[in-house]
Amino acid sequence: MLYREAGQFKTSYAADMAIFPIRQDRIGVIALLVFAFVGIPLLAHFQLWPLGSDYFLRAILIPFLILSLAAIGVNILVGYCGQISLGSGAFMAIGAYSAYKFGTGVHIPLEFLGTEISIAPLPMIVSILLGGLMAAIVGILFGIPSLRIKGLYLAVATLAAQFFFDWVFLRVKWFTNYAPSGSVAAPDFYFFGYLVNSPIERYLLCLVFVTIFALIAKNLVRGNIGRQWMAIRDMDIAAELMGIRPLYAKLTAFAVSSFIVGVAGALWAFIYLGAWEPLAFSIDRSLQLLFMVIIGGLGSILGSFLGAAFILILPIFLDQVPHALGVPVTVETVSHLVFIVTGALICYLLIVEPHGFARLWSIAKEKLRLWPFPY
Amino acid sequence: MVVFGQFLEVLIGGLLAGVLYSLVALGFVLIFKASGVFNFAQGAMVLLAGLALVRSLDFMVARGIPTWAAIVLGLLFAAVVMAITAAIIQRFVLGPLVNQDGLSLFMATIGITFVIEGAGQMIFGSDVYPLSLFPTDAWFILDGIFEGGLLVSKIDVWGGVIAGALVAVLAIFFQRTKTGRALRAVADDHAAAESVGIPITWIWFVVWLVAGLVALTAATVWGTKLGVQFSIVFLALKALPVLIIGGFTSVPGAIVGGLIVGAGEKIAEVYLGQHIGGGIEYWFAYVLALAVLLVRPQGLFGERIIERI
Repeated sequence: MLYREAGQFKTSYAADMAIFPIRQDRIGVIALLVFAFVGIPLLAHFQLWPLGSDYFLRAILIPFLILSLAAIGVNILVGYCGQISLGSGAFMAIGAYSAYKFGTGVHIPLEFLGTEISIAPLPMIVSILLGGLMAAIVGILFGIPSLRIKGLYLAVATLAAQFFFDWVFLRVKWFTNYAPSGSVAAPDFYFFGYLVNSPIERYLLCLVFVTIFALIAKNLVRGNIGRQWMAIRDMDIAAELMGIRPLYAKLTAFAVSSFIVGVAGALWAFIYLGAWEPLAFSIDRSLQLLFMVIIGGLGSILGSFLGAAFILILPIFLDQVPHALGVPVTVETVSHLVFIVTGALICYLLIVEPHGFARLWSIAKEKLRLWPFPY
Repeated sequence: MVVFGQFLEVLIGGLLAGVLYSLVALGFVLIFKASGVFNFAQGAMVLLAGLALVRSLDFMVARGIPTWAAIVLGLLFAAVVMAITAAIIQRFVLGPLVNQDGLSLFMATIGITFVIEGAGQMIFGSDVYPLSLFPTDAWFILDGIFEGGLLVSKIDVWGGVIAGALVAVLAIFFQRTKTGRALRAVADDHAAAESVGIPITWIWFVVWLVAGLVALTAATVWGTKLGVQFSIVFLALKALPVLIIGGFTSVPGAIVGGLIVGAGEKIAEVYLGQHIGGGIEYWFAYVLALAVLLVRPQGLFGERIIERI
């Protein structure tokens, strides 16, 4: 009844090309954004449910936003360009450590030249974006093999990135500013001179990043370059014959994807973790991101959010429900249960709905258009 | 002579360690050849087989059953566990996914990995369980030629012997038996094999069963060497570069690839690692594989990939 586009005529090209062509969608998205930018801070300010304590912000909303951002990055590479990657964790790490180095000042001693390269500590926003840039450069480097190899072989090649950078950040002390424990702590986070400290400020900062990057990503994938990526994904040889340059299309996908994943990594380290070690970006993180993308929906920006929310909430859910029911479950059992449920769900979704939650959402929307009539 | 002796020792140790990677890689190759599925779950299957074996052994030994009987029963029990796993995977995951493209199947096996890891540890426990099927001490060989002799650990030699036997058995199975011929037919073309009356679901069950038994074999050696524990899954990931180097479809490739990776990473660790910080064993195999990929995308022994529109 409410969700019907009858009577909405597109009278200009701009209206035809809108991101959300249906008015109800536009209203919904704007309402959601208003709630996220205004509603949640208000709830947190007055300590109303569910934001009575910091827990909801710190343990659910902030990681959800950052992981969604990372999932968008992975989705561009895996879902839109079809280049499967098991090394996303490494690119998050590159973003995090590069941002850390730029944020605390870079000193490269060049003893054989008798000089050194020194960069004073940069503002945090600049550091985070530079972290993304470094990740993009490395992403291009590791994307070069994709020109010769594809599919499963490429998946193994990206594993090389994962293990190599795990090692680099563990062993090369320069990256951790020679911290004896190998763990580093993020410097204070100033946003244009304003100290971002309380959970709600951190949340808003993440929200700004995620909104901007989601918008950019959405526009990229429905534009020229996004269509090239999808052509490469669907059949690379046919795409090449049609005049799409695989070199350009694949490497831009690697670059954009790594940039977003790198920024997400920097945010993850600076805003969510605060102090971290290389273990935070291990292959488990890569697989987790891949799962988010598969479960949420390959080739869907919305799916990245849905997948991230699901993968994040599942362990919390499995932890809380037995407690609520009074069933005693050890921490170990919960972690095993999470493994089993995640794995089974992936198999189930691949069989029943290969396009993930995003597809379910669009089916629901189709039904909603006709509601309350069956057809 | 001392330098050369040390080199030989590193080389032999590396080659024998490489055989262990080959054991896991074999399981990958079998499944890939017979069903076109790139089985990420092979490492998890090694873990599951090892856990089933070591836990049933502990259980029986604690009840006073003689060791040799316990070992036989334990191996049987683990084999049954792997058979059940194979049946479940074939019935509930791969059966419904028939005719999907390789990437979907690959992601499904990542899902299977998680289920096996979770369920295996939930049922059998998640500690480090020592397994002692083979002797773990070392021999010193060629004492007369090199000062102090060369150190060769017995478990690695056992691993080599077992891998050799396994390859021989598999070769006979694939070349000489009716089921083996059917397996090769299915590998060539699913539809054609089905149309001449080969029961494809049964064949896939057999493939996963064989892969499970290969995993069990690998688990006996790895379990003795490292103890049965979760990190076996990550070590088994090393089988992936082995496959890349050897080629996805070649049994000899899996062996040779394993030897190259094993020897390469040990030598790199000893001679290169000390200059750049150590621990490069962790990633050397992958970078080696990457280098091979750039030169020969199908691996050393793999079939050339011909693409059509």
